[in-house]
Amino acid sequence: MSTALQEAASPATETAPLLELRGISKEFPGVKALDDVSFAVYPGEVHMLLGENGAGKSSLMKVLCGAYKADAGEFFYKGEKVAISSTADAQKLGIAVIFQEFSLVPYLDIAQNIFLGREPKGRIPGTIDRRKILADAKRVLDTIGFEIDPSVTVDKLGVAQQQMVEIAKAISQNARILVMDEPTAALSDRETELLFALIGRLKADGVAIVYISHRMAEVFALGDRITVLRDGRRIDGVRPAEVTPDQLVRMMVGRNVDMTYPRNFADKPGEVLLLVKGLTSPTGIADIDIEVRRGEIVGLCGLVGSGRSEVARAIFGADPVASGEIIFDGKTISGEPDIAARRGIALIPESRKSEGLALLRSVSDNLVVSALRKLFPSGLFDQRKAQRTADGLIRQLRIATPSARQTVGLLSGGNQQKVVIGKWLAAGAKLFIFDEPTRGIDIGAKSEIFALIDRLVAEGAAALMISSEQVEICHVCDRAYVMREGRIAGHLSRNELTEENIVRLGMHHA
Amino acid sequence: MTDITKEALSPPRSFLSQDAIQLFYRLLAALLICAALSLLTDSFLSLGNILNVLRQASLTFFIASGLTLVVLTAGLDLSVGANVALSACLAGTVIHHTGSPLLGILTGLACGGTVGLLNGIMVTALRIPSFIATYGMLWVLNGLSYWYMAGETIHGFPAGFRQIGSGYLFGLPIPVYLLLIFLAIGTLFAQRTIWGQEIYAIGANPVAARLSGIPVARRLLLVYAVSGTMAGLASIIFLSRLNSAEADIGESLTLPAIAAVLIGGTSLFGGVGTVFGTFVGALILTLVLNGMNLLSVSANWQPLVTGVIVILAVWLDMKTRRRAQ
Repeated sequence: MSTALQEAASPATETAPLLELRGISKEFPGVKALDDVSFAVYPGEVHMLLGENGAGKSSLMKVLCGAYKADAGEFFYKGEKVAISSTADAQKLGIAVIFQEFSLVPYLDIAQNIFLGREPKGRIPGTIDRRKILADAKRVLDTIGFEIDPSVTVDKLGVAQQQMVEIAKAISQNARILVMDEPTAALSDRETELLFALIGRLKADGVAIVYISHRMAEVFALGDRITVLRDGRRIDGVRPAEVTPDQLVRMMVGRNVDMTYPRNFADKPGEVLLLVKGLTSPTGIADIDIEVRRGEIVGLCGLVGSGRSEVARAIFGADPVASGEIIFDGKTISGEPDIAARRGIALIPESRKSEGLALLRSVSDNLVVSALRKLFPSGLFDQRKAQRTADGLIRQLRIATPSARQTVGLLSGGNQQKVVIGKWLAAGAKLFIFDEPTRGIDIGAKSEIFALIDRLVAEGAAALMISSEQVEICHVCDRAYVMREGRIAGHLSRNELTEENIVRLGMHHA
Repeated sequence: MTDITKEALSPPRSFLSQDAIQLFYRLLAALLICAALSLLTDSFLSLGNILNVLRQASLTFFIASGLTLVVLTAGLDLSVGANVALSACLAGTVIHHTGSPLLGILTGLACGGTVGLLNGIMVTALRIPSFIATYGMLWVLNGLSYWYMAGETIHGFPAGFRQIGSGYLFGLPIPVYLLLIFLAIGTLFAQRTIWGQEIYAIGANPVAARLSGIPVARRLLLVYAVSGTMAGLASIIFLSRLNSAEADIGESLTLPAIAAVLIGGTSLFGGVGTVFGTFVGALILTLVLNGMNLLSVSANWQPLVTGVIVILAVWLDMKTRRRAQ
């Protein structure tokens, strides 16, 4: 492990670092979040920050923006020692963070959001100079090449546009160091391209960008330097040209991880478990025909916003169905999620924290919540039996938790996801609908989750899997449907299942 | 390994659950108040006074126990007091006209339960926030009571009926038996049935509860109906104890019931709390008010003290819970 203050390889040291962190440590009760981390960002460079969940990326980010105060360590801005002990300090140094959850006020317009708290004053005290704020906003938006009317309220914007507003806000505060946390996580391919183009322009302006990503392709496409964190420590700093993706993965996990996911394809799929005919929903999906057989993992691909999650939710009864038929296990199904759940359909939603778990409740409570009727047919709840069931699932799924009584919100993303899956195992579900099952999950936990899905379908269950990671779909699925603008654009059999085909079918032709 | 090991190595939580610790603090507080009052006054430790405290606490508890379930789902029922008044007036009328206490009791319970069910329908089918739905219901019920009673008072009930509120059995007031029975039923329901578990799950995260296959709307209907029925029960005990019914008897009941729930450690954000906690909350509230009476503190100070206790209890809860996280 190198604790050298210099980057591992920076042959072109003609520029001094804009910001340098030396020996940063931050401890929380029981966890050393950051342990002697040093790293430097240079003007006009994209610095990739890599690491599994819990490696310390978020903590480092929060130290950078002054949300956390480091226990130990020093900051140097353009070679001068500075202190970052509050968000105001960080702002003064020109550090801005674009978090995954935006901090925009939905009912204010773009201009007001950009200049929130710094509005130009109007002639009457307490008022805002509308003309000036709109003109100023327009100027800032122009500099980042975002063409939009600044008087539009933010709640009318999509995720990508909101992100642009966040960046505009940062630029308007003269940010010289922009920290971005998985900025492409919720963007479509085209939006990602626009973001990358913007990052290119910011670089040219000499802005330093710290970029956190889970996507290997981005790291190589965008990064000028890469810093890998693991267990709160800086493992290495490298240049993209010097490493392969496999080497980076090894640095991140500290062990070899099989990038090809385990899958035992069945010779012959079983009987039809789910048959969807002409499903149409007011949420914007129409004429959906889907068939899933026992023993199959069927992919549901398409761009973000193409209606994949809406299909999943409509099948599960979470969204209303306008017309069409859903036949599960030979019988028509309709109504609320409790009916689908009782029949044996499971939904593992995309946002597990807000839709999949009661974060403040225990692992045990969360694991048995869908199986209460099955475990306690008399209606009488028995805490010890619940605990035993939970303990069994914790062992079976290898959920890393000190006990079944641990608050589920304290687990890592991968383990939380296992709890969501576990609750449906307990319920004895037959069809598992996964919506982005590996989002925000580290690589080690990913292959564990895929191994689990493989085992489930091998035992006669079936899975419908939504994923934006086309590699995953290609590796894991028997076949896949591709969606475009709320409709099924095509079907790909095992042989046809390639990233190119998915992209080709999913692309807008407008 | 990554954060997984860190989690596994982080210190295990204590054997007692957070709920148990909070309850323990509350019981301790109640005991301290008792100790202080027995030192400060001569009359506190008398049997008569203790029984009086329990009887007073039981009235608050009946209303507050049903309310606890509502608050556990992150809802609120502001109509309980007005519900007690209307239920008592209707039950009183029925007893007067038919002479049958049983019919009167059934009327009170039915009225309370129906009002609760209507609250539940507003919250689930019409998706009106519970705070607003039950606040509107409060006015509607008050209006109905005032219109129905037209300023009259119903007075004088059969001796048998009056036993419910003021009678004794083996030296203990009958409401105290009822208190123990409903404390047991409420605790068993919340902790030992799958419906109770589902109520906690709904309060902790309603979206996740629905997507976990819990019939959220039906459970909410149940919870509001129970809250209303408990108000109906309270109306019977009230009627029997006061031996009269008026349109305005509910006005001083809702806020103390909410206070008992909050002092008892149930979170307004849902998912956290126990029926037993609410009992202790009702006890603490009654003890303090009783103590103030015994110490001849003017009754004008009682609201202020109640407010301070509520704020203190919730603040301490939040503090200890945050530390536990």
